[in-house]
Amino acid sequence: MIFKFAAIAASTSLVCASAFAQNLAIQNATLFDGETVREDATLVIRDGTVVAWADADELPSGLETIDAEGAWITPGIFTPFSRTGIVEVGAEDSTDDTSAGQSTFGAALDMSDGFNPASTLIEVTRLEGVTRMAVAPSLGSSLFGGQGFIATTTGEPGSIIEERAFTFINLGEGGAGIAGGSRPAAWATFRAALGDARAFPARYLTGQEGDVLNRVDAQALSRAARGDQLIMISASRESDIRQIIELKQDNPQLQIVILGAQEGWMAAEALADADIPVIIDPYDNLPSSFAQLGATQQNAARLLDAGVTTAFAYFDNSSHQARLILQSAGNAVGSGVDHTDALKAITSVPADIFGIDGAGRLTTGSLGDLVIWDGDPLEVRSAPVRIFIDGVEQPLESRQTKLRDRYLNLDESERPLAYKR
Amino acid sequence: MKIVMRLAVALSAATFLTACGGGGQDTENETSGEQAEAFDRDPYPSTYTPYPSGAVLLQNATVYDGIGNVFENYDVLLEGGNIAGMGEDLDAGDDVEVIDAAGKFVTPGIIDNHSHLGVYPSPGVSAHQDGNEISGPVTAEVWAEHGVWPQDPGFTRALAGGVTSMQILPGSANLFGGRGVTLKNVLSRTVQGMKFPDAPYTLKMACGENPKRVYGYGGGRFPGGAPYSRMGNVAGYRNSWIEARAYQEKWDAWEEDGGDMPTRNLELDTLAGVLDGDILVHMHCYRADEMAQVIDMSEEFGYKVTSFHHAVESYKIADLLAEKEICSSMWADWWGFKMEAYDGIRENIPLVHQAGACAIVHSDSDIGIQRLNQEAAKALADGRRAGIEISDADAWTWLSANPAKSLGIFDQTGSLEIGKDADVVLWNGDPFSTYSNAERVYIDGALMFDLEQPDFTPVTDFELGQPGEGDLK
Repeated sequence: MIFKFAAIAASTSLVCASAFAQNLAIQNATLFDGETVREDATLVIRDGTVVAWADADELPSGLETIDAEGAWITPGIFTPFSRTGIVEVGAEDSTDDTSAGQSTFGAALDMSDGFNPASTLIEVTRLEGVTRMAVAPSLGSSLFGGQGFIATTTGEPGSIIEERAFTFINLGEGGAGIAGGSRPAAWATFRAALGDARAFPARYLTGQEGDVLNRVDAQALSRAARGDQLIMISASRESDIRQIIELKQDNPQLQIVILGAQEGWMAAEALADADIPVIIDPYDNLPSSFAQLGATQQNAARLLDAGVTTAFAYFDNSSHQARLILQSAGNAVGSGVDHTDALKAITSVPADIFGIDGAGRLTTGSLGDLVIWDGDPLEVRSAPVRIFIDGVEQPLESRQTKLRDRYLNLDESERPLAYKR
Repeated sequence: MKIVMRLAVALSAATFLTACGGGGQDTENETSGEQAEAFDRDPYPSTYTPYPSGAVLLQNATVYDGIGNVFENYDVLLEGGNIAGMGEDLDAGDDVEVIDAAGKFVTPGIIDNHSHLGVYPSPGVSAHQDGNEISGPVTAEVWAEHGVWPQDPGFTRALAGGVTSMQILPGSANLFGGRGVTLKNVLSRTVQGMKFPDAPYTLKMACGENPKRVYGYGGGRFPGGAPYSRMGNVAGYRNSWIEARAYQEKWDAWEEDGGDMPTRNLELDTLAGVLDGDILVHMHCYRADEMAQVIDMSEEFGYKVTSFHHAVESYKIADLLAEKEICSSMWADWWGFKMEAYDGIRENIPLVHQAGACAIVHSDSDIGIQRLNQEAAKALADGRRAGIEISDADAWTWLSANPAKSLGIFDQTGSLEIGKDADVVLWNGDPFSTYSNAERVYIDGALMFDLEQPDFTPVTDFELGQPGEGDLK
C-alpha cells in the first residue's frame, strides 16, 4: 500500500509520527470530536495520537496541561479539495505543476511528483487551521487529470501521507471540450478508458494498444477501474450527475466521489441511494455556466437532508485560498445547515471519503491533529491560537505574517525596512 | 472656461429630462446658458427613479451610521425615499410601517466600487465577454455601460448580500480600459434605468502585469505590440496624457476665441475629462512601487488618482497614500494568483486604515460581492490580532462611506444621515458574523429585497423557466 506514514489505529499506536510529538492534556474544552460537540471536555494526546477524550476524569501525570477555558477545540481541518503545494504563483507557468497541457500522459500524472512542502502556501493554509488536504490536479491535455494525494500541512519532507489516493476526471463542460468537443465524446472516452484500464496489463502485453489509453495511463487508471482507488469526478449538471449514478449502478465496484455537484440537490435522493458522496462549495450560487443553472446556497442543506455524504471545500482559487473552507462552512450554516454538520463536512466526512483512518476526529485512537480556536471556528472573525499535527505543535507564522510584521511600522529613519525581520 | 463646460453638462442633462417628461427629476436650477454647449456630455442619461415607498420605521435596532458611530436601541425612519429620522423612541406617525428590529442591525447599503456584473455576467459564455475592449492598449473611448447586460443574475445575488450601489468597471487588460458606470442595484429593462443619477463618470486604468501580458505577449505573437514591459506601460500613459493635454487646450482655445469647432475624439474626451477634474480615476495597481510611480505621473500631468484598486501592497506605502489622500480598494485576503499579488497579507485593509488613508473593501467578484460584510469582518479581526484597534462602527466606513466618496456620490448615499437616500439594510444579526444575512434591503426607501418574502426576490429574464427559478439562492 501507499502509506508513507503509518496511519495509526489505536490498538497499534506506537510508531509515532514524529520524534517531537508532545504529550499533552487539554481540559475544559468545547470539543468537537468529529461527530458531536461536548462541553467541558478533556483530551489526552500521547505520542501523536489521542489516547483519551471527552470525560477522562483522571489525567496521567507529567503531561503539559492546557486549560482551554471553554475554548473551541476541533480536529485539524481536512480540506477535501485543493491544489495547495503544487503551484506557487498562479499566473507563472514555471511554478505551476497542476497540469501539463503538452504531456502525452493523463491519468499517470502523479501530483505527488510536483508537491513542494516548502511552498509558502502550506504555512498560509495551515495558519487558518487546515492540517490535512487532498491535493488534486487541474485538467491538462486529457479528460484524466491524474493522481491526487493526501498530505499534512507540516511543510516537512515526507508530509504526503498517501500518494495516488484518488484519480481525477472531469466530466463537466471542461471535460467535454478536452475529449473532443461534447459530452458524448467525453463519455465514450471515459468508458473506453475504463475498458483499457481493466484490460491492463494483459492486453498491452500482447503488444496491442488501448482504445484511448497508452500503456502507462492504463496502468495508472487500473486500480480505479477495478474499484481499488477513489475516482473524483467533476460534474455540475443534474443530468451529468444522474449519468454518473447510472455508471455506478452498472459498475458497483467503482468508488466515486463527485466534485462540484452544484445541481446535486436536484438528484439528492438518487445520490443518497447510490451511496455516492459529494464535495461541494456551499457558496456556489450563481448560474456561472449552463451546467449549473440550478446552483443555490441551499444545495448543502438539501443534500444533507437527503442523507448524501457531503463534504465542503472552497473552489475559487483552490490553491492559495483553500484555507477559506471554514468561511464556506460558516456560510452553509448561514443557509440552514446544522453547525455540527458543517463541522463534520470539513473534518470527519472528508477523512472518511478518502479513507484516512484517524483523521478528522478527536476520539481515542485519532491522529493528534487539533486546533484550539479563539472563537467559534466557523465565524470569519475567529482564528486558531494553537495548532497540532500528529501531536506536534505548529508555528503560527507564514511569509505573510513576516511581511505584516515588517510593515506594521513604516519608520525608516534609521535603516531601510529591508533590514527588519 | 472649464466651469462653463461643466455647467453645460448639467444643463444638458436637465434639458433632456424635461424634454422626456422629467420623471420627477429636479430641474429647478435650470437657467438659460449663455454659451451653447459644444456637445452633449451626458448622452446616455440615467432614467432611474426611485420606486414608490411608504414610510418605514426600523425600531430598536443596533445602528451603524456608516461614518463611525454605533447606536443601540435606535430607530431609523425612512420616508419619501430618504433617511427622515434617527434617534431613540421616534414617534411612529400614522401610516408608518413599524418593523421591530430588536436584536437586529441597520446599516447603510453596501457599495462595491469594483464590480464586473453585467459586463462579465452569469452565465460566463463567450457571447457575454463584454468587459474588456482588448483591441488596443488605450481604449479610453469605450464605456462600460455599453457592455452591461441588465439581466445578469449576479445583480440579484448582490442585492441579497446588501449591495445597494456599485461601480461597473471595464477590465484591466488595457492601460486605459474605458469609462466605468455607477449603478443603483435596482433591476431595470435598460442600463439607463439602473444608472445612479448624477454620479460622475470614472476612468479605469491598469498598472502592471495585465497590459504588458495582453499586448506584449498577446495574440500568440511574441513580441506583440506595446506595451511589452512596465516601462512601456508608463510611456503609454504619458503619451496619452500629452495628447489629452493638447486636445484640452484646443477646446479651451475654441471656447475662448471661437472659430471652427475642433473635431471630437472619444478617447481624448474621456482623458480631457480627467484633466478637467470631471472624471474620477480608478486604477488597478497591485504593487507599492508602481503606485508611487503613478502618483508622480498624476502630478506630472495635473490630475488625481481617486482610488487604487486591488492595491494588495498598499500596506507598504500607507503613509504616502494617506498624505496624497488616495483610497485603496482592497480584498481582505486574496493573494498569490499572480506575481504582483504575491505579497498580499490579511492585514492590508486595517493597516491602510490605521495610517489614516481611505480604505475600501471591494469585490471584483460575483461571489465576493455577496459577502463584502464578511470580508470586512475578516480584515477587522485580523487587524485586531495584529494589535490594530478599529471599532466595528469604523470598519463599516470601508463598505459604504468610503466607496461612496470614491464614486463622488457621498452627498447622496453611503451613510445614515438625515436627508440622504434611504439605501438601507436590515440584517438579521450582527453583519460582521458569518451567519447573518441581509433580511431587508431598501433602495431609496423602496423595499427591493426581503429574505422572508419570495415575492421580493427579483428573478432575471435569464432565470425564468430555468432550473431553480425563484429558488432561495
